[in-house]
Amino acid sequence: MCPDSAKTFYLDNREIPFKEGQTVFDAAMTAGAYIPHLCHNPDYEPHSSCRLCTVIVNGRPFASCTQPAVAGQMVQSDTPELREMRRMLTQMLFVEGNHYCPSCEKSGNCKLQATAYELGLQDNHFPQFFPKRERDASHPDILLDRDRCILCGLCVRVSRDIDKKNVFAMTGRGIHTVIVVDSPSGELKDSKATAQDEAVQHCPVGALLLKGKGFEVPIGERIYDKASISVHSVEAFQAREAVHG
Amino acid sequence: MSSVLETATNPRDLKRVVIEPVTRVEGHGKVTLLLDEQNRVHQVRLHIVEFRGFEKFIQGRPYWEIPVMVQRLCGICPVSHHLAAAKAIDMFVGARKLTPAAEKLRRLLHVGQMLQSHALHFFHLASPDLLFGFDSEVERRNIVGVIAAHPDLAVQGVKLRKYGQEVIRHIMGKRVHGTAAIPGGMNKALTATERDLMRRDIAQVVAWSRAAVALSRTVFETSEHSPVFGNFPSNHMSLIGEDGELDFYDGGLRARDAEGATIFDHVDYIHYNRHIREEVKPWSYMKFPFIIGKGEADGWYRVGPLARLNTCDRITTPLAEAERQGFRAAAGGGLQHATLAYHWARMIEMLHAAEEIERLLDDPDLLGTDLVTRGAKALEGVGVVEAPRGTLFHHYKINEDEVVEKANLIVSTTNNNQAMNEAVRQVAARYLDGKKLTEGLLNHIEVAIRAYDPCLSCATHALGKMPLQIELLDAEGLLLDRLVKGADGTLSCEPV
Repeated sequence: MCPDSAKTFYLDNREIPFKEGQTVFDAAMTAGAYIPHLCHNPDYEPHSSCRLCTVIVNGRPFASCTQPAVAGQMVQSDTPELREMRRMLTQMLFVEGNHYCPSCEKSGNCKLQATAYELGLQDNHFPQFFPKRERDASHPDILLDRDRCILCGLCVRVSRDIDKKNVFAMTGRGIHTVIVVDSPSGELKDSKATAQDEAVQHCPVGALLLKGKGFEVPIGERIYDKASISVHSVEAFQAREAVHG
Repeated sequence: MSSVLETATNPRDLKRVVIEPVTRVEGHGKVTLLLDEQNRVHQVRLHIVEFRGFEKFIQGRPYWEIPVMVQRLCGICPVSHHLAAAKAIDMFVGARKLTPAAEKLRRLLHVGQMLQSHALHFFHLASPDLLFGFDSEVERRNIVGVIAAHPDLAVQGVKLRKYGQEVIRHIMGKRVHGTAAIPGGMNKALTATERDLMRRDIAQVVAWSRAAVALSRTVFETSEHSPVFGNFPSNHMSLIGEDGELDFYDGGLRARDAEGATIFDHVDYIHYNRHIREEVKPWSYMKFPFIIGKGEADGWYRVGPLARLNTCDRITTPLAEAERQGFRAAAGGGLQHATLAYHWARMIEMLHAAEEIERLLDDPDLLGTDLVTRGAKALEGVGVVEAPRGTLFHHYKINEDEVVEKANLIVSTTNNNQAMNEAVRQVAARYLDGKKLTEGLLNHIEVAIRAYDPCLSCATHALGKMPLQIELLDAEGLLLDRLVKGADGTLSCEPV
């Protein structure tokens, strides 16, 4: 058996070392190769639902956040076809929700917006759906704005696995899928959610927000003012690896 | 003061002339004239036919979003909407009195915007009319013509605006549609480096502003049009400071009638709706505000630079105050009612803005880092500022969930609605009555509207680029004459 240090695969013809059990995504990010992603937060278990991190492994598409790295495999990520697919997926996310970046307090800190910039989106291409979604402002500290939800499921997973509260779940099918709240009234104010919950802290878009904090961080000091999402994600991933290994 | 030309007695017997759209006006405005067989004017209306709906779609949004969302009303004076909304949401968090640093940053931001907006209007939009004549050849009556004929002046205009935009950028992070005001204060302290960058050019900005005042005064005093072009008595209203001084950011409401007598004074603006009501007319999407105590017919008023200089007792900066005294003296001690005096007043305000920037940059409070204050929460908030074009009201109600239930905005142009109609009527009656339509005559009407720098024009400000068509019909509805201005500004008389 090869020692860990000898295991590598090829990502866009670049040799990437990996450790046993690492995913293609993790190994790539450790090596400084950014793979676009939205539903995956490296602090939590991967979910492979947004499909933005899809790569071609030995000729077949896989979500890199859940695909184990295998020595010698040939992986393509930065190809015209995959870039176009990611652009299209992101455009569809924009049109099936109501994303008004100009007045959104998440602007500059939003992974969807930053990914769109990274992918070079110039427009939404598809017609807007303008869905009618209920907003839940009942909680004294938390705002649930379903208009901005991209159904990444992170809040569902984190509330279940980390906060151990199961506050959030998804209901409905297809385009009618929405986030719902576990409480007698169905409203956040009657749920177990608190402002300290990790599920509330890590929404990649502006769907779950702490109330009254909007625009406190000035332009120029927001996350993606300082670095593009590709640079920021890799740096954050590598810093996390340095701490946790 | 009610207008005799608002509604004709027998409109069916009259021919209709339409100017649609009005050029250099953002969105869609049109002017309609009803003429008899001798081309005598019987009815003139400025219609604002666009519809925005901000008051509706702000409903249901969390209150801290409001200043950032509503600033999108405008591309030129977003800072005014941002600050008026910010003052309203300050009340939601019980912070009507801000920290010194926060208030002075907001004031600096506001005068920065006043400077750039006034410079934009005077140099880019109005100066072609004022320098070349209302009916001068259309080919040169634009900013390119100004650059060719008066290059130094044109460059000054561009640089004045740029300076104001830089002030905004240092505070809001962007020149247009940034972020700054948050509930109870501001989100960023000014650094010494940023302050020093603004200090570097301010002396030149003050000097250019003085020259602009001199130019606007000369134009007004030497123009044959000034005494008669849209010169009509009206009420005037604005915010004024505690001692009656010109104040763009805060203060009480003061209104004066046409003779200069005080109608109300130092009114706390949160009670604005005890003194002002809005009338709706079926032929325009824009409401017609009036002073309740004067009634619908006689209660309409003017706002903006002319009104502010008519209502205030003094200006706190010395150069602008000296100019204000000259301005008032020219009116013979009474109020100045000439529409074309708006330009002169606007430049005096620009000079004040430049001086105020200079003063604030020397204020040690400006670099303070205590930027947010909070108090007892409330569910209703009113914010009022003096925007470049006049008094701007923002009024919101939120519910216990902290989302907006009701919003009411009275923007500057709305306040001037009746006044602009009046100006157009005066000009039409004086200059178009019985005449064959020409591009130059058409421009007289636009000059009258343009003097008010209506907020409708904030987003476009594209000189002479909007298509326009005027048709002259006889009493039987037969088309007699048609004048068409294409999107490239070319004029053509289409065969009838």
